[in-house]
Amino acid sequence: MALPKLKQEATDARLAEAVLPDGPAWARAAREEALHRAARMGLPHRRDEYWKFTDPSALVAVDSAPAEVMDDDDALFEGAGALTLVFVDGVFDSDASDDLSGAGIEISRLAEAQDISWARDLYGSLELAGQTPVERPLAALNTATATDGVLIRATGKADRPVCLRYRRSAEDADAVLHHVIRVEEGASVTLLETGSAAARLSTVTEVSVADGAAFHHVRQQGRDHGRRMNTHTFARIGAESTFKSFTLSLNGVLTRNDCVIEMLGDDAVAHVAGACVGDGEKFHHDDTVFITHDALNGESRQVFKKVLRNGAVGVFQGKILVKEGAQKTDGYQISQSLLLDGDSQFLAKPELEIYADDVACSHGSTSGAISEEALFYLRSRGVPESQATNLLTLAFLAEALEEIDDDALADDLRERLAGWLDRHAG
Amino acid sequence: MLNIKGLKVDLEEEEKSILKGVDLDVKAGEVHAIMGPNGSGKSTLSYVLSGKDGYEVTGGEATLDGVDLLDMEPEERAAAGLFLAFQYPVEIPGVGNMTFLRTAVNAQRKARGQEELSAGDFLKEVRARAKDLKIDADMLKRPVNVGFSGGEKKRNEILQMAMLEPKMCIMDETDSGLDVDAMKLVADGVNALRSEGRAFLVITHYQRLLDHIKPDVVHIMSEGRIIKSGGPELALEVENNGYADLLAEAS
Repeated sequence: MALPKLKQEATDARLAEAVLPDGPAWARAAREEALHRAARMGLPHRRDEYWKFTDPSALVAVDSAPAEVMDDDDALFEGAGALTLVFVDGVFDSDASDDLSGAGIEISRLAEAQDISWARDLYGSLELAGQTPVERPLAALNTATATDGVLIRATGKADRPVCLRYRRSAEDADAVLHHVIRVEEGASVTLLETGSAAARLSTVTEVSVADGAAFHHVRQQGRDHGRRMNTHTFARIGAESTFKSFTLSLNGVLTRNDCVIEMLGDDAVAHVAGACVGDGEKFHHDDTVFITHDALNGESRQVFKKVLRNGAVGVFQGKILVKEGAQKTDGYQISQSLLLDGDSQFLAKPELEIYADDVACSHGSTSGAISEEALFYLRSRGVPESQATNLLTLAFLAEALEEIDDDALADDLRERLAGWLDRHAG
Repeated sequence: MLNIKGLKVDLEEEEKSILKGVDLDVKAGEVHAIMGPNGSGKSTLSYVLSGKDGYEVTGGEATLDGVDLLDMEPEERAAAGLFLAFQYPVEIPGVGNMTFLRTAVNAQRKARGQEELSAGDFLKEVRARAKDLKIDADMLKRPVNVGFSGGEKKRNEILQMAMLEPKMCIMDETDSGLDVDAMKLVADGVNALRSEGRAFLVITHYQRLLDHIKPDVVHIMSEGRIIKSGGPELALEVENNGYADLLAEAS
């Protein structure tokens, strides 16, 4: 079927500039297929069902707008003792990174990786699976053109987290990163991400979690004001496995985080959560989540909280799909916004689609203001208004932060949030 | 200490006059009680003094040690030494009671140019005060007032009062919803805080609380005015005869 004219033109223009990177050679076939896939689907347009609330044109455009480099070389997660991998403007920096080895874990750089059979099988395959039933053409474009990234295979209980630290040096960096992670049976690993990668960033992270394995993911998206980014996480998780992902977002012009999870084994657990604080009318933040239950007794949670002020816009599109036979599914979804003024907006589209008859699924979505009662109570105890507002804002976000299992990591993010709120008081 | 002259207050939203000229003079070291029928303006007086939105002062003045209260933000009034124990303490999910207390204590110290309390000193202090009020460690850890019983909420108010060490304490129907034992506990907490430099304004419907917290002066409020002031015997009179006689006498 022919694409709409505007979409076709935008897609042609972008794909004409698309360059398939040289390395690694084993990914060549997957990249070419992905490029065809992107061409066939066409890149996203505002008229697409899942882009109604978020204008993708800046992500689709041939050229990315430059964004001022903000010194975001922070010490977040430094206490975690992580194996740290540094990317500057989307390029792996081996000098600044730790050695690519650790107990229970194998790591290679995508651009230089040998033909590793597990990675070859996985690269682009979860992204491909995640194109149904909702197309995600930007992810296909990423698979085709990603220049760097990491391949991580956890073979046991990794003794330290892996931390991807993104840094920027150029105002016009337009980075495309693709990570592939495989957590073997009974193994576990924690992935941390922090920092500002580029003026425009696209990342795809494909995560395969085998039976009885656990994957934890905690990330903080760069604080630089001008950046635009779209991230995709595609996860396929097995029986009795755990997948938990948390994202904190502050600043940025445009953030679109897609998370697509397929629960293929019985008794699996999948939690996705996020907290964001948006300030100013340029701020636009979109969480789009799609969780598919395709096995017995699965438990999934989606917990998203957004604080919006001065005209900021927040979007949540969350879906729980329970396939026929996925009995005893326990699905939960909540999205809430705290609107600190009348100019800000929260747009939510919660969806449940259930084909099994013995499940417990619940969802809720709310928008509210700061409680005047609570604010006065705090002020009557001597807490100044801006400080009281920050305290109530943190309290609002606390429920999302509680989704993080590791208390120390949660505290790191709490501190980061509190600091940000202090600096942006009022 | 607290000086109120001809205070007139309207509700902001509707043109309704609540306080129609209140005069009150509470000196340091004294305990004053205000009694009166429902809707007489007692709670409004406490809210206006502490700076709650929704009220418009149309006349008169209120000062604390000579400083104009009505011009200040609620937090400034608190730092100046005013404290309101709420009739309905507010639940704040997500804010730990301990965090709340420490934030409040340090905000006031900062406003007064004092050094903030160290975490250790604060903890020591709060534990000792909490013990007196039979507030256990669990209540300190829980979010502010969330899931607290009526009695626990009121004890938590007194704990805040003890930690903040205000000069002027206003208690808005602190006895409502309390059983006899809880009332005794709250009253003991208040009595422990009585001192030469501190004054109390106790708003209540019942004489019972005043058995435990002995007032120096009792005022009867009706239709936005103080219609009679006297000694503790006035409270007994209300308890025995109700307000009818007093209201008739005043009109």
